[in-house]
Amino acid sequence: MPTDVTTDNVEKTIYDGLVELGTERGDLSREATLESLDVDSLDLVELAQIVEDEFGVELRGDDVKDVKTVGEVIDLVVSKAG
Amino acid sequence: MSEGRPQGCALITGSSRGIGAATARLLAADGWPVRINYRADEEGARAVAEEIGSQGGKATVIQGDVGDAGQVASLLEPGEDGPVLVLVNNAGLRRDALSPQIEDEQWQQVIDVNLTGTFRATRAALPHMLRARFGRVVNVASIVGPRANAGQANYAASKAGVIGFTKTVAVEVARRGVTVNAVAPGFIETALTEEILGKDLEKEIPARRVGSPDEVAACIRFLASDQASYVTGTTLTVDGGLSA
Repeated sequence: MPTDVTTDNVEKTIYDGLVELGTERGDLSREATLESLDVDSLDLVELAQIVEDEFGVELRGDDVKDVKTVGEVIDLVVSKAG
Repeated sequence: MSEGRPQGCALITGSSRGIGAATARLLAADGWPVRINYRADEEGARAVAEEIGSQGGKATVIQGDVGDAGQVASLLEPGEDGPVLVLVNNAGLRRDALSPQIEDEQWQQVIDVNLTGTFRATRAALPHMLRARFGRVVNVASIVGPRANAGQANYAASKAGVIGFTKTVAVEVARRGVTVNAVAPGFIETALTEEILGKDLEKEIPARRVGSPDEVAACIRFLASDQASYVTGTTLTVDGGLSA
């Protein structure tokens, strides 16, 4: 069963996913830019898979191409589920 | 199965006979649970699976047309055998005619199966391979594409496309332990070539004979192996020297 898509749940999943991909947990915040965290396009593909596995929400390339910050990723997932 | 290899399976599209069936047998012998895919030849697919089972391997049979977007997605769904970590895009067809006489439908069918099917299956497999930090994609191209063959403009375009696709995807995912390669068979004894073989063709081939599905499968097996971990973006030609 997919996890409920609440902002808190999504934030936890995104943060855990980014740490798994090599980001320092202490560097994470909603305002942090993906560029400053060295999150590249392939990391975003993986993050999309993590989100799909956890919440059943599919993120396509067009969805994420303009996303700049961690907070925007979280908001995108929540809005796609809505 | 090699120690440390992530849990997953191998999907060989179009593996009820020919190169696909030979590949399924070898990958099963290497310890991969294999998914035997067929479009219409259920009997052939079941025979391949039974043979693998009788030799101690694991095989499941799965119907699906790689020319159909929805069916491709279902072939790649993670199952009891795990995610697909070895993908062999083998299913293919030809609809030969001289280019002024190729109908739109003949063009589109060949592109849909040979090229778009390869893309869709690869697209569905890659996220799981990236997560596993391991993956092998082997695309069955052809020497037709890099070289000409009158009457096969649609087939040549599709297979040249597969080679270009292979190279670009390979560089996109190389840093995650995922390799993407192609094999380019020459004239091989399969159902796809039975009409065109035997027309003094052997004289044109430096090896003076056509190849067997097992000889192509052996190359696919290598590209799918742990030993080929630093081989990516390449096309291994298997043609008895025809295009040398």
